[in-house]
Amino acid sequence: MGIETEYGISVPGEPTANPMVLSGRVVTAYALQQGMRAARAGWDYEDEAPLRDARGFDLARGSADPSQLTDEDDPTLANVVLTNGARLYVDHAHPEYSSPEVTSPRAAVTWDRAGELVMRDAVALLSGPGEPGVNLYKNNTDGKGASYGTHENYLMSRQTPFSDIVKHLIPFFVTRPVICGSGRVGIGMESKKPGFQLAQRPDFFEVEVGLETTLKRPIINTRDEPHAVTDRYRRLHVIVGDANHCDVANLLKMGTTSLVLGLIEAGAVTQDLTIEKPVATMQAISHDPSLQTKVRLADGRQMTAVQVLWCYHEMAEVWLQRLYGSDVDEDTAEVMRRWSDALTKLERDPMECTRELDWVAKLATMERYRARDGLDWSDPKLRAIDIQWSDVRADRGLFNRMLAGGRVEQLIDPAAVTQAVKLPPEDTRAYFRGMCLARFPREVAAASWDSIIFDVAGESSLQRVPMLEPERGTRAHVGELLDSSHSAQELLRALAQAAE
Amino acid sequence: MATQEHKSPQRRDDDVADDAPEPVAPSGGAAQVQDADTDDVLDEIDGVLESNAEEFVRGFVQKGGQ
Repeated sequence: MGIETEYGISVPGEPTANPMVLSGRVVTAYALQQGMRAARAGWDYEDEAPLRDARGFDLARGSADPSQLTDEDDPTLANVVLTNGARLYVDHAHPEYSSPEVTSPRAAVTWDRAGELVMRDAVALLSGPGEPGVNLYKNNTDGKGASYGTHENYLMSRQTPFSDIVKHLIPFFVTRPVICGSGRVGIGMESKKPGFQLAQRPDFFEVEVGLETTLKRPIINTRDEPHAVTDRYRRLHVIVGDANHCDVANLLKMGTTSLVLGLIEAGAVTQDLTIEKPVATMQAISHDPSLQTKVRLADGRQMTAVQVLWCYHEMAEVWLQRLYGSDVDEDTAEVMRRWSDALTKLERDPMECTRELDWVAKLATMERYRARDGLDWSDPKLRAIDIQWSDVRADRGLFNRMLAGGRVEQLIDPAAVTQAVKLPPEDTRAYFRGMCLARFPREVAAASWDSIIFDVAGESSLQRVPMLEPERGTRAHVGELLDSSHSAQELLRALAQAAE
Repeated sequence: MATQEHKSPQRRDDDVADDAPEPVAPSGGAAQVQDADTDDVLDEIDGVLESNAEEFVRGFVQKGGQ
């Protein structure tokens, strides 16, 4: 799994500054500081032929055109692969950090937060004398009609029928904002109606299923770009979620979604929770912080969003019990425990979740403000708080102040997050990608999720290493090989030998 | 992958479902909670909040996104 986040970007006092150029500056400034040129470790856009080697590596010579590798002067195409295996680039007029592939919700949160530090570093680099003074925001809307995404990706089996995913995932996505919404001031895409809602994204969704991501957004996105062996895998591209700041909310977003996908893949969904009018219902749920809105199911039942989520929780509990008995792994057990804890509190009084859930922490703070200053929901001060909440800077970002003040629960040790800025996760192919970038930055001509192209001195052609198996290229798999190779040339030779 | 076009939302705010309930302040909500650090939080925010909220909000304009 992994999380990709487009950050909001602005230059104070200059609302008309070109966001694509500025986003390019963010990427190039950070890359330069890391000793990389943004176009040097470029992105390999070429699709890979099916993998033949069961070990996951297959050397292909000369498959890339050297013209792909010329330095790009256009900053809006800035693109770099980081040593932690992530991708930092310009997407749709926003700087985007796509986390490396990880295998647990905790790791997803860790490398997502590493992305916040990357963006914070970039802001610092661009705030010096003569620099544009860019600010970055981990949010999903400007409140004026524009929305930009935080997408989750989950690796699934190709065998799972997509119709099952659609049927059983929609009711979950419609209701999960009560746990993982980030909170937003303003109702409607352009915030024309004053008020507070649970999540940033729901008002921007218009259909149930579809391919689009920038207009007519669908609850279930059908983009089928596995970045892995196509026959075997599907990458479920989830566009319906918010960017989270709270570790607990982020952990639950990734963890509960994984569990529901596990249920679907196992054919263990025993209740039909199909919702009538999913899009309108998702918006109605988001618009109601009291959580009392009743969801109408296709079979005539009516229940609250929290009750729908309890149904998923129960099914997951039964399924896990059947699979593992009491021997559930720690990550899964933590998600199940925190899931039931959150639902219990939300049912009793949502305000009990101020330390765990983004929307509750934000709403609680705003209600205090409203009470003290007698502010109406249309007051610009509340909208300003909403935006500044997600400012990535430690001193100006309001969430970051809450975190530093110990007012929200922190699950991931800050030292682990700092480490994750530089180091890749060890149990996916991101390890190989990140380590190659760290060890042989000069020789990596281009990289992508599923390949690395080497340009080694003395070789007449480029050499491409496909990585179509996401669980290959781990430390266990290639750590020794990497450690014992003193040059890219040696590494390539060793890989070729290993593949024979 | 990245595309450069800028797409504007097609739907207007008025289309938001009419039957959407009014936002309700949760009962027993934060307004009634008198945490010891309540004032501290607000003071802290006051200390760092952009001084001209209206201008700041107006200036926060984003272009296309997914």
